[in-house]
Amino acid sequence: MAVKTYYTREHEWVRIEDGVAICGITDYAQTQLGDVVYVELPEVGAEIARDGEAAVVESTKAASDVYAPLTGTIVAVNDRLEESPDLVNESAEDAGWFFRMEVDDEGELDELMDEEGYQAFVEELD
Amino acid sequence: MTELIKTPLHAMHLAAGARMEPFVGYDMPLRYPQGSVAEHNQARNRAALFDVSHMGQLRLMGEGADAALETLVPGDIQGLGDGAMRYTLFTLENGGILDDLIVSRVPGGLGLVVNAARRRHDTEHLRSHLGGRVDIVPEPDRALLALQGPAAAAVLADFADLPFMGWREGEACGVPARVSRSGYTGEDGFELSVAGADTEALAGRLLAHEAVAWAGLDARNSLRLEAGLCLYGRDLDEDTTPLEAGLGWTMPKRRREERNFPGAARILDNPPVRRRAGMRPEGRVIAREGSDLLDSAGEPVGWVASGGFSPVLGGPVAMGYLPLALTAPGTEVAFDIRGKPRPGRVVRLPFVPHNYFRG
Repeated sequence: MAVKTYYTREHEWVRIEDGVAICGITDYAQTQLGDVVYVELPEVGAEIARDGEAAVVESTKAASDVYAPLTGTIVAVNDRLEESPDLVNESAEDAGWFFRMEVDDEGELDELMDEEGYQAFVEELD
Repeated sequence: MTELIKTPLHAMHLAAGARMEPFVGYDMPLRYPQGSVAEHNQARNRAALFDVSHMGQLRLMGEGADAALETLVPGDIQGLGDGAMRYTLFTLENGGILDDLIVSRVPGGLGLVVNAARRRHDTEHLRSHLGGRVDIVPEPDRALLALQGPAAAAVLADFADLPFMGWREGEACGVPARVSRSGYTGEDGFELSVAGADTEALAGRLLAHEAVAWAGLDARNSLRLEAGLCLYGRDLDEDTTPLEAGLGWTMPKRRREERNFPGAARILDNPPVRRRAGMRPEGRVIAREGSDLLDSAGEPVGWVASGGFSPVLGGPVAMGYLPLALTAPGTEVAFDIRGKPRPGRVVRLPFVPHNYFRG
C-alpha cells in the first residue's frame, strides 16, 4: 500500500516513512509562492510543537513561514535546498522536502487532511 | 472595497495565465506562468514586455511650463531640448521627496510620468502651486508599455536611432505612439505611451516577435533593484532628501545656484548624515525592506529600503540607508534577519552594469 500523505491548512504535507515524518510544502503552495529563492531550515535536534514555526520559504516576492505539521524533533534537513531552492518549485512534494522529524504522537495525523480533503480545501480557496 | 481598475491589457494578461495582484488600486500582473526569474532573464537577455499603464501620465501645457515646473523640482527643465526627457524629483519644504518622475519636452508644454501611488498627491501639488500658470491635463485614457532588453531595438527598428532619454511620436507596429528610449530595468529599451483603444493591438504585435515575452511587476522590481534604481515608497519618501538618496546628480549647477525649488536650502546646506548604499548579504538569505542594518558592534545603524534576490548574481542584494561613514564599498555590515545577525558588505551600485543605448 502506498504511503499516505497528509496535509495541513497552512499547505504543508507530511508522510511517515520508516517511522519518521518527512515534511515539505505542497505543490499548490509553491505555485502560489512563485520562484523559490531561499529556504531557511530548522536545526537538527530542534524540538518543535505542532503548528510551531519550523522553516521559512522565500520567493522572489516575499518570505513565508512554514509550520511543523506534527509535534516532534528534527532529525534531518534537506541540504540540497541550500544550493537549489528551486527544487521546491520542481518537486515540492518529493525532492523538495524540507525536514524529517521524529514524531511524539502519530495520533496527531488524524487531525490533518488526506489528499482528497486537501484538494477540496484548495479548490475552495481558488 | 472599491473595485480594482483594469488596464486595457487586463484580458490579455488573464489569457496569458498571469497571476494578478492588486497594486495601488489596479489589478496588475505580478507574474506569468514562466515565473519571475525567467521573466527577469528575458529582459536581461532578450526583450520583455511590461504593462505599466498604472503609471500616471499628464501634461503641463502653456508657455513657461518649464520655468513653472522648475519651482517644484531641482532638475534642469528649461534646458530640456525638443524630444528629450529627464528624471527629476518633486521636493518638499523639509527637503524630502514627494515623488520621482520623468519629464519630457512636448510641443506646447511638458509631459510627465509619475508614480501610480503618488499621482493624486502630485496632481494636487501641481494644482495648488502651478494651477494659475499652466494647464494641468491628466491623460487617464493612455496606456503605457515598456519593452526592455537587448533585443528591444531590433523589435522597434523604426525607433532604434532614438538616443537614450529621447522620445518622438510615431507609429510603432502600425499604432500611433509616443516612443521613448527609456525604462526602469537598466537595459536598453523603450516605453510606449498609446491610446487605450490601441494598446491590445500594439501589445499583440510586439509579442508576435519571437524575442518578446511578457514580464510582470515582480520581475520589474528585481530588474530595477539590480540596476540600483530607486522605488518611491521604499528608497525615497517624504523624509529622505535627494542627497541622502544619492540623487545629487539630478540637481545641476544652475539649479543649485538658483536655490528656487522647495527645500533647496535644507537640501543644499545640510550635508547628509546617512546615504543610500548597495549591499550584498553573504550566502543566500534574503534581506528584505525593513530589516535593521547593524554595525560591527551589532548596533542598529540603518535599515534596508529595498531587498531581494538578484537572478543575475544568483543571490541576495539590498539597498538601504547607512551613516555616511559606513557607505564605502567593502565596509562590513550585518543584516538583522528574523532576529539573527547575518554578515554582508557594502558594494558599489548598480549591482548589474547598465546596458543603456549610448549611440
